Amino acid sequence: MTAIIDYGVGNLFSLVCSLGAIGEAAEVTRDAQKIAQADRVILPGVGAFADAAEKLESSGMRQVVKQAVEAGKPLLGICLGMQLLFEKSMEYGEHFGLGYIPGQVLPLEEHLRERVDIPHMGWNRLTLTDPRCPILEEIRTGEYVYFVHSYAGFSCEPYTAAVTEYGGVPVTAVVWNQNVFGTQFHPEKSGDVGLKILKAFCRLKAESSGK
Amino acid sequence: MVTKRIIPCLDVKDGRVVKGIQFQNVQGVCDPVDLAERYSKAGADELVFYDITASAEGRNLFTDVLQRTASRIFIPLTVGGGIRTLDDFERVLSCGADKVSVNSGAIRNPELISQAAKRYGNQCVVLSVDVKRVNGSFHVFLNGGRVDTQMDAIEWIRRGVDMGAGEVVLNSMDTDGVRKGFDLAMLRQVKQAISVPLIASGGAGKAEDFVELFQAIPQMSAGLAASIFHFGEVEIPSLKKMLKEQGIEVRV
Repeated sequence: MTAIIDYGVGNLFSLVCSLGAIGEAAEVTRDAQKIAQADRVILPGVGAFADAAEKLESSGMRQVVKQAVEAGKPLLGICLGMQLLFEKSMEYGEHFGLGYIPGQVLPLEEHLRERVDIPHMGWNRLTLTDPRCPILEEIRTGEYVYFVHSYAGFSCEPYTAAVTEYGGVPVTAVVWNQNVFGTQFHPEKSGDVGLKILKAFCRLKAESSGK
Repeated sequence: MVTKRIIPCLDVKDGRVVKGIQFQNVQGVCDPVDLAERYSKAGADELVFYDITASAEGRNLFTDVLQRTASRIFIPLTVGGGIRTLDDFERVLSCGADKVSVNSGAIRNPELISQAAKRYGNQCVVLSVDVKRVNGSFHVFLNGGRVDTQMDAIEWIRRGVDMGAGEVVLNSMDTDGVRKGFDLAMLRQVKQAISVPLIASGGAGKAEDFVELFQAIPQMSAGLAASIFHFGEVEIPSLKKMLKEQGIEVRV
């Protein structure tokens, strides 16, 4: 069973449906015991970093996620959930994340070379920088996934498994550190490609995800 | 680079897809869930569901359609029509919508944009605007194009983006239903005023109109249309093939 962390952030209907579509049992929960029993954990999220980080803390879920990761369970952060895996974010002030991915979350606008729309919204191509990443097992460079974001992970190259090109620079798309994974895009909104990524994640077990 | 999006729009009334020709004469077309699935398989990049029901019963049918669609199709869904309060946002987001489009509701209460952006994030709030030329300037119209607000469209759109709209759908009432191409002059002026994604709506009659849109205004993010897709006059796979051959980046 895959536990989807419920900390009051984001729309989980599609995520639950997409896991259902690949035959994976999923439960949206904030029950520490259920999460401890789950095979793997998904950290969703949309909105602002500071607000989500605060809700993760106040709901007690920060500690629960930490225990799951320490127990070796695979963790997947999606969109803002991925950004929360970083050490810190500079979205409206300096805020601290979970610290699993060394690096920081910064506004896209200040780091792009060309003038383009912000948010980065739409389907964009993946370039795999570390094809060994288990959740990208069935994905090849050039496949399209759906992005919606105005901030992105930076200075995380050793932990980057895929990037996408936007505004003339590579933008972090997938991060990976041992049993912790993150996708900046929404796999649950990325058609068949996204379902393949979720399927690969749902095949992972506590013992088989080491880097 | 991010690809240009092709977005079919489904107007839903009492659980069925309909399309108004210049906002009049609605005809029944098809089951929205089947149609949505067909479009998703054909390569639609996103879908817009527009709820044109007024009754509470029709509203329940709409949320049912939305739930069934979101449980079968895994591409972004935008929902609009009758969104006036944060409760309306909550109602459609909890049924599988990813983005919510506001139109008349935001004109009557602009704070709706900032409140929704604060609660759900800018990426969730789409400002949809019906615009028509009146004495040489662009006016915003209310209620599906029946009432002239006298508001200047570019000022209103700029204000909406400042308040937190993460995307704009511009529907030109001057070209809507005419099928002679998108309103390039109007779109160009609006795009120059904003730096969030802009979606063109109103006027597409054939595949070449999309080519013309993205060639004339390369900063455009997406083109939206309804009846040409519903009636099979433009098939999405051949449309995307044509765009690609013309050097326009699309997801194929």
